[in-house]
Amino acid sequence: MSAALNRRRFLTVMLGAGGALVVGWREARAEVRPDVPMDLLGDALTSLGPFLRIERNNRVVIGARGCEIGQGVITALPMLIAEELDVDWTRVRVEQLNYGYEIGPDGPRNRYGDQGAGGSTSITDAYVELRQAGALARWLLVEAAAQQWQLPHERLDTEASHVVHPDGTRLAYAELVERAAALTPPDAPLPLRDPRDWKILGKPARTADARAIVTGRAQYGIDAYLGGALVAVVARCPLLGGSLASCDDAAARKVPGVKDVFALAGPAPEAPITRNLAAGVVVLAENTWAALQGRDKLKIEWKPGPWAEESTAALEAQADALLKGEGVPVRQDGDFAAARKSAKRTLEARYRVPFLAHATMEPPHALIRVDSDGALFVGALQSPDGASQVIADVTGLPREKIEIRLTRAGGGFGRRLKNDYVAEAALIAQKAGRPVKLMWTRGDDLQHDFYRPFGVHQMSATLDKGNAVTGMAHLCAATPRYFRDAGGKDRPVYSGCLEPDDFPAGLVPNLDKRFFALDSGLPRGWWRAPLHTFHAFAVQSFLDEIAVETKQDAVALRLKLLGEPRQLDYRGHGGPKFDTGRMAAVLTRCAEAIDWKRRRTDGRGVGIACHFTFGGYTAHAFEVGMEGGELKIHRAVCVTDVGRVINPNGVEQMMVGGTMDGLSTALNLQITVKDGQVQQSSYADYPVARMAQLPAEVEVIILPSEAPPSGAGEMGIPSVAPALANAVYAATTVRVRRLPLLPELMRRL
Amino acid sequence: MRQPFVPPGGETGVTPEPLKTGVELRINGEPFLHTGDPDMPLLWLLRDTLRLTGTKYGCGLGQCGACTVHVNGKAQRACVTPVRSLAGQAVTTIEGLASGDDLHPVQQAWIEEDVPQCGYCQAGQIMAAAELLARKPNPAESDIAQIGNLCRCGTYPRIRKAIRRAADLARAARSEAAAKAGEGK
Repeated sequence: MSAALNRRRFLTVMLGAGGALVVGWREARAEVRPDVPMDLLGDALTSLGPFLRIERNNRVVIGARGCEIGQGVITALPMLIAEELDVDWTRVRVEQLNYGYEIGPDGPRNRYGDQGAGGSTSITDAYVELRQAGALARWLLVEAAAQQWQLPHERLDTEASHVVHPDGTRLAYAELVERAAALTPPDAPLPLRDPRDWKILGKPARTADARAIVTGRAQYGIDAYLGGALVAVVARCPLLGGSLASCDDAAARKVPGVKDVFALAGPAPEAPITRNLAAGVVVLAENTWAALQGRDKLKIEWKPGPWAEESTAALEAQADALLKGEGVPVRQDGDFAAARKSAKRTLEARYRVPFLAHATMEPPHALIRVDSDGALFVGALQSPDGASQVIADVTGLPREKIEIRLTRAGGGFGRRLKNDYVAEAALIAQKAGRPVKLMWTRGDDLQHDFYRPFGVHQMSATLDKGNAVTGMAHLCAATPRYFRDAGGKDRPVYSGCLEPDDFPAGLVPNLDKRFFALDSGLPRGWWRAPLHTFHAFAVQSFLDEIAVETKQDAVALRLKLLGEPRQLDYRGHGGPKFDTGRMAAVLTRCAEAIDWKRRRTDGRGVGIACHFTFGGYTAHAFEVGMEGGELKIHRAVCVTDVGRVINPNGVEQMMVGGTMDGLSTALNLQITVKDGQVQQSSYADYPVARMAQLPAEVEVIILPSEAPPSGAGEMGIPSVAPALANAVYAATTVRVRRLPLLPELMRRL
Repeated sequence: MRQPFVPPGGETGVTPEPLKTGVELRINGEPFLHTGDPDMPLLWLLRDTLRLTGTKYGCGLGQCGACTVHVNGKAQRACVTPVRSLAGQAVTTIEGLASGDDLHPVQQAWIEEDVPQCGYCQAGQIMAAAELLARKPNPAESDIAQIGNLCRCGTYPRIRKAIRRAADLARAARSEAAAKAGEGK
């Protein structure tokens, strides 16, 4: 990173178009110049420049910088600014900001800070800097009033978008804007409000743009159209790493509305996937229907690639064979081999987790116009930085000439951290020489994803005479997460599948955690709480098995392992510490809520699990039973500690959503491979759960916490699958060690 | 059916363009003549031609329900409804559900319960719920659970609550209207 990017950024202010006060992150005062381009300032009708505008009627408009993928940042991020600015939240208008890349006086920068959505970091990152943005604006407005009233700054207060004189006289912020914009902002960070005095933060707020959503007016990326743009659909090679052998497009070209058909090369089989995901044949047409009709009429022969033989069955066999070997050490404490020798008893179990697709409701899509001197992109994203880079890479345009408009996204779940579809659209637009709207069908989406890794977890535990756990081994054979990723070679092979310091690291004296890399041609990516959904199922199911086998209480066993509340080192994302006390607290509260101690005599069973994800602590418990040959989930409890809560309504949504996503996935979902291609292609064979299959309610309990906020998008899912499997065991005595759970349970009942 | 336009001055003026043929239907109360491929699913007419983008594409196979609209008041999946089947029919989309600024009780309830997360499936969910309430003003939990629209974010518990709330709102509106009608007598 250049020195320029490392330089401390300051907040500066300008008087914008229409007399509005605009505040944003700047190099110190660099922008307080007459030559600031108007588009930086935004205008009321189109884009909003920096974060904040105070209009003449005292209405406050706050920009939301993040990618809204359903995690609620369009509401929560502006709340951070509004709190410190001291405005009436019900009178705030929120506007989505576009991507803010620009060349500043010291080099490239993003005028809004980090805009990506990944790793549940939006709130964590914004917690300080966006509150500072609000605090600075408030300071300037108060200072302006102090000058107008000839009073010391300290004697003035604010309330609901007004500065308040000691005698009670009020001045609307709008009346102070002009004077405030001429002031010199302080250099040092301003003091922030004590959370005990929060008026907006910590209080439930509804989705800022809910009315637009329920009236069908909310703009998603797929809703963008552009004059002159043709719709592109691509017939992609279904064979892993395969290529185009031949294509007869005569019939396709005859479809009314079809304008052009051409081939698009895929990445070289062994090379990193940095652009489009697969080779294909592009059909360009006047509308989506014509494009789809044209694609149906292509007669294509594909040439198999290096993974033509791949199958899920072969991967399982590969894993079973590899697990007999040595593998790569992930973390080793004490001497597990010795512990095994001296153990009174050793327990073993093998768990299997499948590949998963993201299946965002809004499939990948992209609208792009590439001109000789610039480009315009509209589409749902999680990584606008990545999209900007990939468009620059394909077109050769400088990034500051690439305009990226952010929209609501119909789900993300990690799919949009990859910008393959952005690259694909850019390549097509370039070749076509005109703007293009790329559309993926659901089948395209399920067949061409960056899938959550597949893996087999071999768990072992050694027990002493008193049934205390003296050691644990976690051997994991998996398709490494980093596969054909640029820069992936620099990481440990287990990166993205296992974290060295995850449970039970530090809690048992002897630990042997090892990784075995499977060879697979299926592209892999991040999938909501990626490595945590991947391994928590094995770890938390196995703890339940230990408890059952040794006739211990499954909650007591976990609490005993967690021990005294203390901070353990945690090197992975969400660290640097793992707090055993916070984990124990969510587990204990969850057990109470589900009435854990009560014996069920009605054929129902209760299961529980807990996990630490990206700095947040969550426990789940389910009460289930078999009714008329069907698995019924009667109760669902989710207890979480995600630090200080910005929007409790949003955190509840994330926990309900995580629980539902976790259940749907654990019950039903897997991607399988046969003859070198993905077998699933619709919601019929990738059956995301419908309402009737899922519990009517999730009882969410958010534990109060004074820890810094951790974010909430991903903490609500990893403990779901094991808690469900443990509940199923309690109700049926069938131990499901293979996901998805439902087909396996039905097979064995 | 529409009558051909006769120019002022009778038949002696310029030759009028031949009358375009196609499928005539009503969309949100407006008449529309679809002259394109009659097999085109309604979804693409709504989105690509009319830019009524509130109706979403989710699967193209009638599985997910993101494209649910009303055809003569009945919930239907626009992605598998060829336009030719809609001759003379009345289509209502999410954009046509509210009466001006007055939201439909289901939309109102959706805001009050704050249902949406990503929001993408919600137009379809709302259209499905509105049809359910039109058929069954007091739906049982089992009726609600029959709505088979997919939500990938898992908003189902709030959808259930919102439908119950919408039923309450609609009931209150009906009794208010009845009371007003009573006063008028």
